[in-house]
Amino acid sequence: MKDTPLSNCERDFLLKAIEEKKRLDGRQTYDYRKMKITFGTDYGCCFVDLGKTRVMAQVSGELVAPKENRPNEGIMFFNIELSPMASPAFEQGRQSELSVKLNRQLERCLRNSKCIDTESLCVVSGEKVWQIRVDVHMLNHDGNLMDAASIAAITALCHFRRPDVGIQGDEVTVYTPEERDPIPLSIYHMPVSVSFSFFQQGTYLLVDPCEREERVMDGLLMIAMNKHREICSIQSSGGIMLLKEQVMRCSKIASVKVSEITELISKALENDKRARKAGGRCGFAESMPQERITALKMDKTSVEMTDVSDRANDIVQKSEAPPQTVPSPVVPIPGVGQVGQGLQNTWGLEDDEEEENGEEQDEKITEMEEEQHEKEESRGGDVVEISDSEEEEVVILHPETPDKTPKNTGSSFHQKMAATSKKRQKK
Amino acid sequence: MGPSNSNNNTCERSCCRVAMFSGLKEKVGEVLLPGDEFSLETDDTISLTEHVKPEKVVCGPGLRRSGDRLLVCKSGVLRHKQPNMFWMDSQQRRYVPAKGETVIGIVTVKSGDVFKVDFGGSEQASLSYLAFEGATKRNRPNVQVGDLVFSQFIIANKDMEPELVCMDSSGRANGMGVFGGGGLLFSVSLGLVRRLLSPHSGVLSDLQQLFPCELVVGMNGRLWVKSSSVQQTLVISNLLQSCDTMTAQQRQQLFRRVAQGAL
Repeated sequence: MKDTPLSNCERDFLLKAIEEKKRLDGRQTYDYRKMKITFGTDYGCCFVDLGKTRVMAQVSGELVAPKENRPNEGIMFFNIELSPMASPAFEQGRQSELSVKLNRQLERCLRNSKCIDTESLCVVSGEKVWQIRVDVHMLNHDGNLMDAASIAAITALCHFRRPDVGIQGDEVTVYTPEERDPIPLSIYHMPVSVSFSFFQQGTYLLVDPCEREERVMDGLLMIAMNKHREICSIQSSGGIMLLKEQVMRCSKIASVKVSEITELISKALENDKRARKAGGRCGFAESMPQERITALKMDKTSVEMTDVSDRANDIVQKSEAPPQTVPSPVVPIPGVGQVGQGLQNTWGLEDDEEEENGEEQDEKITEMEEEQHEKEESRGGDVVEISDSEEEEVVILHPETPDKTPKNTGSSFHQKMAATSKKRQKK
Repeated sequence: MGPSNSNNNTCERSCCRVAMFSGLKEKVGEVLLPGDEFSLETDDTISLTEHVKPEKVVCGPGLRRSGDRLLVCKSGVLRHKQPNMFWMDSQQRRYVPAKGETVIGIVTVKSGDVFKVDFGGSEQASLSYLAFEGATKRNRPNVQVGDLVFSQFIIANKDMEPELVCMDSSGRANGMGVFGGGGLLFSVSLGLVRRLLSPHSGVLSDLQQLFPCELVVGMNGRLWVKSSSVQQTLVISNLLQSCDTMTAQQRQQLFRRVAQGAL
């Protein structure tokens, strides 16, 4: 499916707003959108929310034969998937120009910067090495996919634990997580990409462009940097001429942003580690809804206001947190799983009582239900059926009861008349 | 334009007994999910002498009949209108065209004697260049690619290409046509659009007290706003977008805060 085209009025408005140093979501020129990093229940799974952009990265490891020219180095593999879930403009299974560009940039950002010690991934030189595969899936596209992808990938790599491997003579044993604790990858530094978009041939500059800003921009500059202010890769696209001062300014901004983001990543990793150690809910389990099936969520809109924060704080302090009811399943024997017992049904279904009865009764009920079904089927012919359209009312009757015919049509006719008269009265 | 008559392109009529009606009536205002069903509670015995009066229920969008079951096929809140109309009020964002609805479209292609218009649906609609007020073969309307048009569906059918016109049945523009200099286009959920268009809309009256602005509302979930300054336009667009998931009190509180704030 084609993407929604950008109208002239949006383009004009965006450019005018950028000239006035205003952005659609109320951000300042150098502001990032709200970033959120969450982890899955497994090691090496990471979600990154950047405003409405949402990206998932999953790291997996596999034992393979090494490349011939590098017999004692592990292999890193990066893959970016642009699924139609992210945007209707993305097609399934085809390498688009954008995905090639993103993939290439991610490789340059993470592999060519040598941020991961590949030699430590060697198991038996020339025979067995670890291949670490990073899959980045785009879940929602609202601009700046590259930054979100690079943050997700490096965070997932930091979070990943590979199984421990032991060598006795020629034998290679891969230990399960129960036998030996899995080992984290050795990561030297964390490169993070920061995107800058340029408007009006480089006159205006914005950090972290959203989707509509990306559409009207003239050029894009992506700088991958780590917190030691070392530039890992730099790429300009869109074909605009940038001055030396502009690039210098961008790299200065990038260094600030990167240190902020790196801090956020390490905080997220630390939180997750603590949660895992405590054995509490971590990753997806945290997001398990509390007796709720629907959740309407909308991020706060930033609107310029005065003396509101005080009042908001007041409200937050006064209000009490809603009680969280966590269902606790009853486990009779350790290691036995069960479904639907010992727990109260919170879905508000009506057939609760039936389940509580014994199996025999259940069987009876099902038998009865079957009987009912049979009855219904046998009765099927007798049901007066009025078809979908209003004009053609078809009355299907059982052929054995012809004497009913006039009565039935009469009654349905009456009903119709009644309905129409009601309508008239309403008018 | 109420929600019931605006979107009843999937109306169907089903015949059932009182049980169905009361079953539906019970659930009015509750959140239902696709797959929830209302079935006939049939008695074990049927009396041969007494004919049971069938009762009609008009099912709007989101409800579908299959056999003698009534299935919910959209998630949302069940609504009811006297005497017997039921529909699901959903917050979906995907627009399905319906005849007679007015939408905001973006002109994507100018080809020969028709324009192709994107209205946010599954395919593009065609808009004849003669379907503007005062347009003749000689006197073509000035429409560029990327322009916004406010237009009405005259063909909206699942088997045919949808067709738009920019005039009413008497040939008058009646507010339709090309527009959109200097404003901002954005999209909200279809539920909010219907709320905005309802005759005594709370959102609109709250907004009126804030800033003077021009607002064009398309049934396809697109809104166009123009105000005196860029800042005000942005504030209005953000306010409307956040209205999507707010209750009336939350909204009034927010609007009051904006009115008090320094703007």
